[in-house]
Amino acid sequence: MSVRVTTEAFDPGAETNAFLAGDQGAGAAVTFSGLVRSRPDDPITSLTLECYPDLAINQLSVLIDEAMARFELIAATIIHRYGTMTPGEPIVQVMTLAPHRAAAFAGAQFLMDYLKTDAPFWKLETSPAGSVWVAPRDDDDSARARWEEPALASI
Amino acid sequence: MKILYFAWLRERLNRGEEQVSPPDSVATVADLIDWLAGRDEAFALAVAKRSLIRSAVDAKLVPHDTPIAGASVVAFFPPMTGG
Repeated sequence: MSVRVTTEAFDPGAETNAFLAGDQGAGAAVTFSGLVRSRPDDPITSLTLECYPDLAINQLSVLIDEAMARFELIAATIIHRYGTMTPGEPIVQVMTLAPHRAAAFAGAQFLMDYLKTDAPFWKLETSPAGSVWVAPRDDDDSARARWEEPALASI
Repeated sequence: MKILYFAWLRERLNRGEEQVSPPDSVATVADLIDWLAGRDEAFALAVAKRSLIRSAVDAKLVPHDTPIAGASVVAFFPPMTGG
């Protein structure tokens, strides 16, 4: 398992291939890439992510440990970039490896849902009109909260 | 003790970090927020809505009732928007 917090651009395909070359007991891998989005009706020119790296590494390491144990993953990796990026560039990559697909999917979703609200990154969107800090989304909180509901806790 | 600020809190205070020496009566993160607010009007305004301020002590995310005795770095920041 590994955590990488970096200002360097990364290649999701190359990261995936390196991750997949892992373990013969794995029957399923899920990889998620989060990209800089620019809505056609409200385009941005760049997205800057501010980060508190020491805390990010601690928080993401705790999350990975929890996901590994909870979903019995074989491996998990989180890569999160910070600094200034342009639309289409990857921001985050989450990868999970498990014996079967259900655990790999659930583990990746769990990591992303928690990462959104619990990892110290802050998005600043820049457009021709100026720069605006992105507000936290209520549905990010509810996405995280569902992992605490008893009905889904056994996934 | 070093204090770190991030995102719009950093912008509103015009600084990313500062060194402070709070008195012993400042026992928790919440006490530290009150003490910083008492000496700096810009800080008081920025943290007026305490529920919008998250905190970390020595790079661990903590609630505001956490003791700060012996801490070397305390960070304050808005709710996180990564991913």
